[in-house]
Amino acid sequence: MTVHQLIFIYFAIAMTGISLLVVTRRNPVHSVLFMLVLFVHIAALYLFLNAEFLAAVQIIVYAGAIMVLFLFVIMLLNLRREETEEKFHRQWPVSAGAVAVLAVFFIMIVSKIVVLPALGEYSIDAIRSEGSIMTVGKVLFTKYLLPFEIASIILLVAIIGAIVLAKKSTNS
Amino acid sequence: MQYAPTVNAMIKYTLIPLLPFLAFIINILLGRNFIRDKAHWVAIPAVFGSFVLAVSAFIDVANGQVINIDVYSWIVSGDFNVSFGFLIDQLSAIMLLVVTSISTLIFIYSVGYMHGDPGYYRFFAYLSLFVFSMLILVMANNFLLLYFGWEAVGLCSYFLIGFWFHKKSAADAGKKAFIVNRFGDFGFGLGVILIFLTLGSLDYMEVFNRAGGIAGQTINILGTDFDLITVICLLLFCGAVGKSAQLPLHVWLPDAMEGPTPVSALIHAATMVTAGVFMVARTSPLFNLSATAMNTVAVVGGLTAIFAATIALVQNDIKRVIAYSTVSQLGYMFLALGVGAYSAGIFHLYTHAYFKALLFLGSGSVIHALGDEQDMRNMGGLKKFMPQTYKVFIIATLSITGIPFLAGFFSKDEILWRVYQQGDLGKFLWFLGTAAALLTAFYSWRLIYMTFHGKFRGTDEQEHHLHESPPVITVPLWFLAVGAVAAGWVGIPPILMEHGDRIGEFLAPVLGHAQGHGSHAEEYFVIAASIFVAVAGWLIAHRMYIKKPEIPAQLGAKYQPIHKLLYNKYWIDELYSKVFVQPTLKLADKVILGFDTIVIEGIVNGIPALIDSFSQGLRRIQTGLISNYGLVMTLGALCMLIGYMVFSG
Amino acid sequence: MVPLSWYIMLSAVMFSIGVFGFLARRNLIIMFISLELMLNSVNVSLVAFSHYLQSMNGQILVFFVITVAAAEAAIGLAILIAYYKNNPTIKVDEINLLKG
Repeated sequence: MTVHQLIFIYFAIAMTGISLLVVTRRNPVHSVLFMLVLFVHIAALYLFLNAEFLAAVQIIVYAGAIMVLFLFVIMLLNLRREETEEKFHRQWPVSAGAVAVLAVFFIMIVSKIVVLPALGEYSIDAIRSEGSIMTVGKVLFTKYLLPFEIASIILLVAIIGAIVLAKKSTNS
Repeated sequence: MQYAPTVNAMIKYTLIPLLPFLAFIINILLGRNFIRDKAHWVAIPAVFGSFVLAVSAFIDVANGQVINIDVYSWIVSGDFNVSFGFLIDQLSAIMLLVVTSISTLIFIYSVGYMHGDPGYYRFFAYLSLFVFSMLILVMANNFLLLYFGWEAVGLCSYFLIGFWFHKKSAADAGKKAFIVNRFGDFGFGLGVILIFLTLGSLDYMEVFNRAGGIAGQTINILGTDFDLITVICLLLFCGAVGKSAQLPLHVWLPDAMEGPTPVSALIHAATMVTAGVFMVARTSPLFNLSATAMNTVAVVGGLTAIFAATIALVQNDIKRVIAYSTVSQLGYMFLALGVGAYSAGIFHLYTHAYFKALLFLGSGSVIHALGDEQDMRNMGGLKKFMPQTYKVFIIATLSITGIPFLAGFFSKDEILWRVYQQGDLGKFLWFLGTAAALLTAFYSWRLIYMTFHGKFRGTDEQEHHLHESPPVITVPLWFLAVGAVAAGWVGIPPILMEHGDRIGEFLAPVLGHAQGHGSHAEEYFVIAASIFVAVAGWLIAHRMYIKKPEIPAQLGAKYQPIHKLLYNKYWIDELYSKVFVQPTLKLADKVILGFDTIVIEGIVNGIPALIDSFSQGLRRIQTGLISNYGLVMTLGALCMLIGYMVFSG
Repeated sequence: MVPLSWYIMLSAVMFSIGVFGFLARRNLIIMFISLELMLNSVNVSLVAFSHYLQSMNGQILVFFVITVAAAEAAIGLAILIAYYKNNPTIKVDEINLLKG
C-alpha cells in the first residue's frame, strides 16, 4: 500500500463522512458549512489528478460564490421554524433502501470496468511542460469555443432570470 | 321528336326551377334580419319569372320542340348513372303552366293574407322552396330526380302545415302528414329501386323503351309469383296514394288544413297533391302494360271519389269541406288514369287547380274577414258584406259542380264518358262517379248557403269587423275565376265541337289516346246525366238550406247513425290510432324502458364511469410532491440498471 | 498508484448520498445542496477519467458543469425566494400545487 493510496483512503472516508453530515444536519447553515469543507477536499483531490486549474475554480466558484449564495438565502429567509420539525420526509426509509441498492449497483458496475480506450495526447508530462491552465485554455478556446460562448449566454440568462424572479413585483 | 338543345334553351330550362330556389336562399338567409316584411319583393318576381319562362317553354313544346337534356351528371357509381336532367314534353309543359301560374297568383294573395305575420319571410321562403321542388318533380327526366322532388314537396308541405308551430294541432297535423306520406313513399321508393334492378336504368326514356321487354316476367315475393310490371306499378301507385290522399292514406289531407290558407290552396289542392296524378300519367307506359294495376288505380280512385264526398256532406269546418272535396276530385283523376284516359285525368288536374285554388282562397278571404273563424255554423249572410268573394265563390262552385260550359263541366264529363266506355266495371265506376258528382253539387252549394246566405250567426264583434278583403286578395281571386270559367275550353268534347278536345290532342304524343268506343246516344246520355245530378244537387241543397232550414237537423236526428258515421269520417282516424299509433307508442315505451334505459344508457353512462373510476385511481399518483417524483425516477433508474445487469450478463 | 475504480467508487458513494439527501429531506435548501453534491460527485469521476485517459475532454466538461451549476443555483434560489414570498414555507411536503 503506497502513500498515495493511504492518502486517497483518508480522502475517501473523510468525503463520505462529510457528505453524510451535509445531508443529515437539521440546520441548513451547518449543511452549507460542511459542504464548504467537502469542496476543499474535492479541490485537493483534483490536485492529485493533475487538474490544478479546476481545483482553483472549485474553490473560487463553488466555495466562494455558490455556497455564499446559499448562505445568503438561508439568512434572508430566516428559517427558525425548521429546527423544531421533522427533518426527513415520510418516504425516507424507501429512499434509503433505493439509494443503498443504487450504490451497490454502481460499485458492481465500476468493478466490471476492465478495458480502457486508447490513451490521449495529454499525458502528465505533456501537461507539466505546458502548464495546466494553458492546456485547458487551448482546448477550451479552440475545440470548445462554441460551447464556451453558449455557456456565457446561459450565465447571462441566469443573471437576468434570477433578478426578474427574485425582485419585488411593483405592480401587485 | 327531339331537338338538340341549345345553350340558351338549357339556361332557360334550368332557370325555371332555379329562380324560386334563389328566392328561397335569399329569404331564408337574409329574411330574419334584413328583408322581413319585404320578403314578397324577392319571391313574387322570382316565381313570376318562372311563369314567364314556363310560358315560353310551353310555346316551344307547342311548336314541336320536346326537349330532354341532362344538365349535369348527378350520381355516377358503377352501373348506377343518374343525371340531373329535364324532360320538357307536352305533359310537363302543361304542369309547368299550372304550377307557375297558380303559384304566382297565390304568392300575390299571400301578401295580403299573411300580412303582419311574424314568420312572413319564412312563409315566402318555404313557399319558394315548394315551387322549386314542385318544378323539379315536374321537369325531372329520371325517377331519382322525380323522387327528390317528391320528397322535397313533402318536406315543404310539412314545414307549411306546421307553419304556426306554436299551435299544437298545427304541429301535429304536420307530423301526421309527414308520417302518413312515409307509408306511401316507402312503396314508391321500393318501386324506383325495383325499376333500377330490373331495367338497369332510371332514365324515363330508357325505362319506357325497355319496359316492354320485361312484360310477362314474374317476381317471387314470399313464395308467390307476381307479375313484375304489376308489382312495380302498384309500388309506384302506393306513393301516389299517399301524396294524392287516396284511400286509405287520405287521412292527412283534411288535417293539413291547419296550415295557412294559401298553403292549403297551393299545396294541398292545386299542385302537390296532384303530383300522384302526374306521376301515374308520367309512368303511363308502365301502367299500360298491367291491366291489374290499371284496374286498381281506377277502383281506388272511384271509391275515394264517393267516399270523400259523403264525408264532405256533413262537415262544418269550411276548409275541411273543401279538403274532402279535393280528395274526392283527386279520386276522379285517378279514375280517369285507371281507365287509360290519361289526358282526361291531366285535363281535370288542370281545371281543378283553378277552381279549387279559387275555393280555398275564397274561403281564406272569408276566414280572414271573420278573424280566423272556420266553423260554418258561425257564418252566414256574408253575401252583402263580401260581394266580390261571394261572386268568385259562386263561379268556382258552378265550375266544380259541372254546370255546362264552365271548366269543371268539360273535364269531369270527359272523365265520366271515358269511364263509361270501359265495360261492366266501367259502368259501375261511372255510377260511383256520377253519384259523387251529385254529392259534390250538394255539399258545394251547402257550403255557399251556410256561409253567404241567411243571417249572420257569429258574434256581434265579428259582425262589426266584417269587411271585403283588400284588392291584393280579390284580384288574384278574379284571375283564378277567369281560369275556373275558361280553363275547360281547351277540352270541349268532339261531339259538341269538332277538334274541340285540343288538350287531349296536345297530350296525345305523350299519353296516347284513350281506348273505348261508344255511340253518340250514350255520350249524350252521360252528359245529360252529369248535368242532371249537378242541378239536382243544387236544388236539394237550396231546398234544405234556404227554403226549409229545419230539414238538416231533422234528417240528422232521423238517420243519426249515418250522420254520426259521416261526421266522424267513418272513424278511420280512430281506427288508425288503435291499429298503428297506439301499438307503436306502446312498443316505443317498452323499448325505452327495456332497451334504452338499461342497454343504451348503461353503455353511455358506464364508459364514463369506468374512465372516472380509473382516473380517480390514477390521480392519486399525481401527488404534486417533488420528493415522490424523484423517488419514482430513482426507482426507474434502478430498474434500468437491474435490466442492464441482467441482460448484459 | 491509486486505481481508477477507487475514484469511481468514491464518486458513486457521494452521488448516492446526494440522491438520498434529495429524496429524504424536507428542507428545500438542503435538497438544493444535495443536488450540488451530486454534481460534484460526477465532477470527481470526470476529472479522474480525464486523468487516467490522458484526455482534456473530462476537465472541459467539468468546467461546463460548474457553469451550469452556478446558473442552476442562482435560478433555483431565486424561484425559492419568489415562492417563499407568496407562501412562507420551504417544506417540500407542503408544496403540492400540482396535486391531481
